[in-house]
Amino acid sequence: MTDLTSLTIREALDGLKSKSFTATELTEAHIKAIEENKNLNAFIVDTTDQALEQAKKSDERYASDSSLPLDGIPLGIKDLFCTKNVQTTAGSHILEGFKPQYESTVTSHLLRDGSVFLGKTNLDEFAMGSANTTSYFGNVINPWKRNDGGNAELVPGGSSGGSAAAVAAKLCMGSTGTDTGGSIRQPASFCGIAGIKPTYGRCSRWGVVAFSSSLDQPGSFARTVEDSALLLNSMSGHDPKDSTSANIDVPDFTSKLETSLKGLRIGIPKEYRMDGMPQDIEDLWQKGIEWMKSEGAEIVDVSLPHTKYALPTYYIIAPAEASSNLARYDGVRYGLRAPGEDILETYKNTRAEGFGEEVIRRIMIGTYVLSAGYYDAYYIKAQKVRRLISEDFTKAYEKCDVLLTPTAPSAAFAIGENEDDPIKMYLNDVFTVPASIAGLPGMSVPAGFDKQGLPLGLQILGKAWDEETILQVGHRLEKAAALDLNPYKTASKAA
Amino acid sequence: MDKQTVQKVANLARLNLSEEQEDRLVDQLGNILGFVTQLEEVNTDNVEPLASVVDIKLPLREDKVTDGGYPEAILVNAPEESEDYFVISKVVE
Repeated sequence: MTDLTSLTIREALDGLKSKSFTATELTEAHIKAIEENKNLNAFIVDTTDQALEQAKKSDERYASDSSLPLDGIPLGIKDLFCTKNVQTTAGSHILEGFKPQYESTVTSHLLRDGSVFLGKTNLDEFAMGSANTTSYFGNVINPWKRNDGGNAELVPGGSSGGSAAAVAAKLCMGSTGTDTGGSIRQPASFCGIAGIKPTYGRCSRWGVVAFSSSLDQPGSFARTVEDSALLLNSMSGHDPKDSTSANIDVPDFTSKLETSLKGLRIGIPKEYRMDGMPQDIEDLWQKGIEWMKSEGAEIVDVSLPHTKYALPTYYIIAPAEASSNLARYDGVRYGLRAPGEDILETYKNTRAEGFGEEVIRRIMIGTYVLSAGYYDAYYIKAQKVRRLISEDFTKAYEKCDVLLTPTAPSAAFAIGENEDDPIKMYLNDVFTVPASIAGLPGMSVPAGFDKQGLPLGLQILGKAWDEETILQVGHRLEKAAALDLNPYKTASKAA
Repeated sequence: MDKQTVQKVANLARLNLSEEQEDRLVDQLGNILGFVTQLEEVNTDNVEPLASVVDIKLPLREDKVTDGGYPEAILVNAPEESEDYFVISKVVE
């Protein structure tokens, strides 16, 4: 039998329909892969029994020819999505043991469509991080290794590091992520897979543990652009329980994948050409531009003048919203309680004990910028610059249909690097944060390797609600790059 | 950023920090605030703050109860509960 874990979601659906294998066999193959790759620490909780039960039901539907759109497809769920009766931690000690009594809207859509949940994937604590080194449940290891013969353990990126590593290592066929400032796109780039963050409001945030409510947006990871579109088809849609969820039609995100790029205008923002950018990334970007040209697209130079202010804007708005959202963790209704002499001491002890260092840092910044006397100087100022950043994109999109940029300023780095200074870590998101601030959709597609054999992604950004064009360009890029993305090849070479 | 400010903010954020954490945060918060202060260079005269990127009016619904009636599900994750209530230490003398 073929290696079931190497199939794409599209291939697996075809194989299930033609009864080449069963959903139970497909699920069992992935459960085995998870067990053999525990060292990656990609999952916080395995839901093996539940997965096998779901697969069995899926097989019954295939037997009666009543299969669903994602029937029998084994997925990983970022442990930021509340899943009914399954521990949901957000990677934090403060939520250890928390079992939601409800299912997030996005995961309920995936269940409605027949998918199988293998477990909850590891992440940076409360999705705050770019390396998956802030989880209370330990670091996630990237399945890719440098080809230098060394055996350095690399980060998978963050915050959705477990979701990205699990898909790259073939522990699941796809996974959910959330992206606040790059938490889907940057790990997708580091792990050599596709990851899409749709337009803010496309996927419901209901039941997703909140970090920064005006920026958070669920999205998908998969090994191909088409698979990521199939997942997004299921995850999207209006939800009255999320007041910022858009009440607009969801297109079939796979419908334009085979459409030619002829006449499409692809913008290249000059501000993304940064000083000190590694030559590998600069070269790959140029290669991407050439590929797009040969596909018939027109390349247009555009300017996003406020790009350099996106990170400082983000590091006011996101912590401010986080400090407010995380005020709910007080040891009263759920999660950890560290008792003190009175209720105030209980709050303070619980939060100090339950939150990790990065989360405390961001709560502190957020509380400071929202406190009396500083609110206008920091928070309101940041919201004003946010408008200017958003207007930059509006103007650029008068001249082009999508933008093509690098996803991240480096390939995956070793665990422990960039930890000495928080700002160094924040700079990982320099290319992903601006679109987050503007609420625009974006995706990372693997496009090449650096000199050390590590995957690098290119980012495609689009207009609001135009994920279809992003996926169309992503699909072409993927075909043009024609990469052999198998992390175990470099790993065995290194060993 | 000084230690007194860190202590004041930690109290507002309801965080019991150790002396060591306070010292570290004096430096780190100072650096981060220094980094975000570059926004001062941007001319934002006559620019309206942008609070939401979604171009939709927040929907209103009828003010009626649409959910509830399951105290056991609400309390199932409580650190301490009794007779359908969350239990905390005494707050009124």
